[in-house]
Amino acid sequence: MWMENVMGKLMQTIDSSPEAAREQLDRQVREIIAWHFSPESGSTFWLDWARRAGWDPREAIRGFDDLIARFPHFQDEWLRDLQPEVWVPAAFRGKPFNVFETGGTTGMPKQRIGWDDYKVDYEEFSGKIADEHFPRGGAWLMVGPTGPRRLRLAIEHLANFRGSSCYFIDLDPRWVKKVLADKKFEVARAYMDHVVDQATTILKHRKVTGLFTTPKLLEALAEEVELYDAGVRGVFCGGTTMAPQYVRYIVEEVLEGRIGFYPTYGNTLMGLAASVPLTPEDNFSITYYAPQPRAVLRVVQPHATDKLVDYDAWGRVELTTLTKEFFMPRFLERDEAIRRRPRAPYAWDGVAEVRPFGAMEKQIVEGVY
Amino acid sequence: MTAIPHLPALRLGREYASLDRIPVIHHRTGEAVAEVSSINAGIVRKDLKRTGAARAALKRFTVEQLIEICARAGEQFLNGTLRLGDGGQTQSAPQYVETLSSTSGLPWVMIRRNMEKIHYALTHMREVLNGLTRGLDTRILDAAYGEQFGTRISLYPTTQALGLVMPSNSPAVNSLWLPAIALRTPVVIKPGREEPWTPYRLIQAFVAAGCPPEAFGFYPTDHEGAGEILRGCGRALIFGDQKTTAQYANNPAVQVHGPGFSKILIGDDTIEDWPAHLDLMVSSIAENGGRSCINASAIVVPKYAAEIAEALAERLGPIEPMRPEDPGARLSGFANPKMAEYIDAAIEQDLQVPGAVDVTARHRAGPRKVVFEGGTYLRPTIVRCDSFAHPLANREFLCPYASVVQCAQSEMLSQIGPSLVVTAITRDPAFTEALLDSPLIERLNLGPVPTMKISWDQPHEGNMFEFLYRRRSIERAWGAECP
Repeated sequence: MWMENVMGKLMQTIDSSPEAAREQLDRQVREIIAWHFSPESGSTFWLDWARRAGWDPREAIRGFDDLIARFPHFQDEWLRDLQPEVWVPAAFRGKPFNVFETGGTTGMPKQRIGWDDYKVDYEEFSGKIADEHFPRGGAWLMVGPTGPRRLRLAIEHLANFRGSSCYFIDLDPRWVKKVLADKKFEVARAYMDHVVDQATTILKHRKVTGLFTTPKLLEALAEEVELYDAGVRGVFCGGTTMAPQYVRYIVEEVLEGRIGFYPTYGNTLMGLAASVPLTPEDNFSITYYAPQPRAVLRVVQPHATDKLVDYDAWGRVELTTLTKEFFMPRFLERDEAIRRRPRAPYAWDGVAEVRPFGAMEKQIVEGVY
Repeated sequence: MTAIPHLPALRLGREYASLDRIPVIHHRTGEAVAEVSSINAGIVRKDLKRTGAARAALKRFTVEQLIEICARAGEQFLNGTLRLGDGGQTQSAPQYVETLSSTSGLPWVMIRRNMEKIHYALTHMREVLNGLTRGLDTRILDAAYGEQFGTRISLYPTTQALGLVMPSNSPAVNSLWLPAIALRTPVVIKPGREEPWTPYRLIQAFVAAGCPPEAFGFYPTDHEGAGEILRGCGRALIFGDQKTTAQYANNPAVQVHGPGFSKILIGDDTIEDWPAHLDLMVSSIAENGGRSCINASAIVVPKYAAEIAEALAERLGPIEPMRPEDPGARLSGFANPKMAEYIDAAIEQDLQVPGAVDVTARHRAGPRKVVFEGGTYLRPTIVRCDSFAHPLANREFLCPYASVVQCAQSEMLSQIGPSLVVTAITRDPAFTEALLDSPLIERLNLGPVPTMKISWDQPHEGNMFEFLYRRRSIERAWGAECP
């Protein structure tokens, strides 16, 4: 029932025709290109880039197809090697910004700056979760990577936006990755226990209705606390691979079908791609849809990244971010996914069963988070 | 065309079809013969919390009743047509032989022999328990208290379930866990990748014989899941290579079954008579395709090493792969050809170290690794080593392999290292006493007994009863009939 309510609400707000969505995307592309490549509003980085490239994107790019045809892949090293100020659009100069980080297990992390994008993303996402699972005013608990991550502010904003407060338990993924790389599995386990202990304490002493965490931590938490009895009604999850059998396990055995489950795919560079509510036909295969037109996810052929893979085939995930705060064309994620058809309420392609790129070829340790 | 069978996980009485399925592959054609549901570690952890209920289901039966059930299960296993998977399919005994052979590479004749071993263990469970418990009255196990041998005895279980991380090499290893059921202990099994067949058929045989399905967990799972079984069951058995088993070596809750390094030792007093024991050496090395940890992997002699190695090579070298259904088949195919490549390369590499010679090379007329009708096989290998210092002297491979090492009798016990089975062919009282004193030998055969011989009235590879039960001291001020 709640799924229908959510869907109904979404259907009212989003135009579901693919043509309209495409038109909206092309419009966004033109607007964002005009913004980032105009001296009065654009950032130093993109203005310099255009100068070196020798062509003016404002004239050459009329829509998303042009963007794909003309722009090379965004190099994430730029976010590591350059000072963050180069990304400040002229129009925002003098306005303090947030610095959000990703990576950084060894060496310099990648940094994305921002002002209000995360609020826009998460306010929109708020419309995709049911009050039944995240009652307005009910407290949240985030158990996961906080620190310099966009996610920490985003979750708190989402809770606040819904009239709620949020408790936080931190998990430092850089430390986890380091100990796993050193094969110190017992240390990783002890750290996870430490995180779960803290979360358990909060759940036992405070009334929490909504939870944000990673699948592995959720699993561990549910082994310590009867989540439903503790008052939890909704879980919003993200962070790592969730193959269909694992999703089924979370839904049926960890949440016992009584707690709403909202898997998401996202990162500091994109924002947040929500998943469509599961139907029996999905067989627990989760498909995520980017918050178009602010971000676009494509599933491309690994060795010919200008070409999409067919529907229901695996390929590499490519992300384009299109906001006034941040323009990032054609960034190749370190993920692979199945390309899925548009599905209401989304009129654009989805990405399903996201997992680390090359997972078929090599075993990747994703660790405890 | 009929769909291939799907073996679901068995979650202590409940079938569970996972969305993750692993194909079980025909070792020669590469085709999928069946699919097995693979489950994640979280499911294992969740179910391990319910082993108390599983044990309660078994405790509704007395040990005597369970012994009867074992006997019926033995008949079902050997001859019955049993449920196979969740698609309504069944499996007769000949189908079991053929299917297991197709995925494991074991010839039919060897599988039948393994079946008979399992059948014997099940139909002689009273004898087995008698050996393990040294004649304990089974009613004492039922009541957890009683009097026998002129003393009060109280026993308590060390665990609610026995965990098993099984190998794929040979079906008879399953006989190790069979006494657990009679001892009222549920089993939580992770089957070997190429060999889900035997544990699954045994479970179906037990259920058909009247055992409660709750007593059985069948959990095809990954490395993490296997770790949960080993950690989460109070008692568990793991089979594997030295690297795998080393990490559990100091954990008393985990019984480790690694390589056996079983050996035949011949004393100074009997060495002149060595040709009389050649058959025994050949069968100890090569029976069951040389795949068991109780196969001899070293022949240790005070002299005539060259002659003995030559005689063994003459007998074993010419053995060639045959069709699996051929009653004369003596080699087992490799389910994973890479394993054969690895073994072949490992032997070749160590032969480069001076002091060893592959005596079989001349007798097999061709390479060790051969492909026959699409299957990969390793032909028998006898390596004569100058001393135990050579890297090939004390090794074990998943094929008929043995070293022949010359070593003074007085040096033997300080050289052989831990050995699962030692057959010592000697009548020398002093040597016999030294052998009986040695802590390195798990099972000792005195005289010409093949290393492969199993006596069911003896503890084998650890005493399952002592693993699952402990004795406590007890005093009762009230009579046993009092509440």
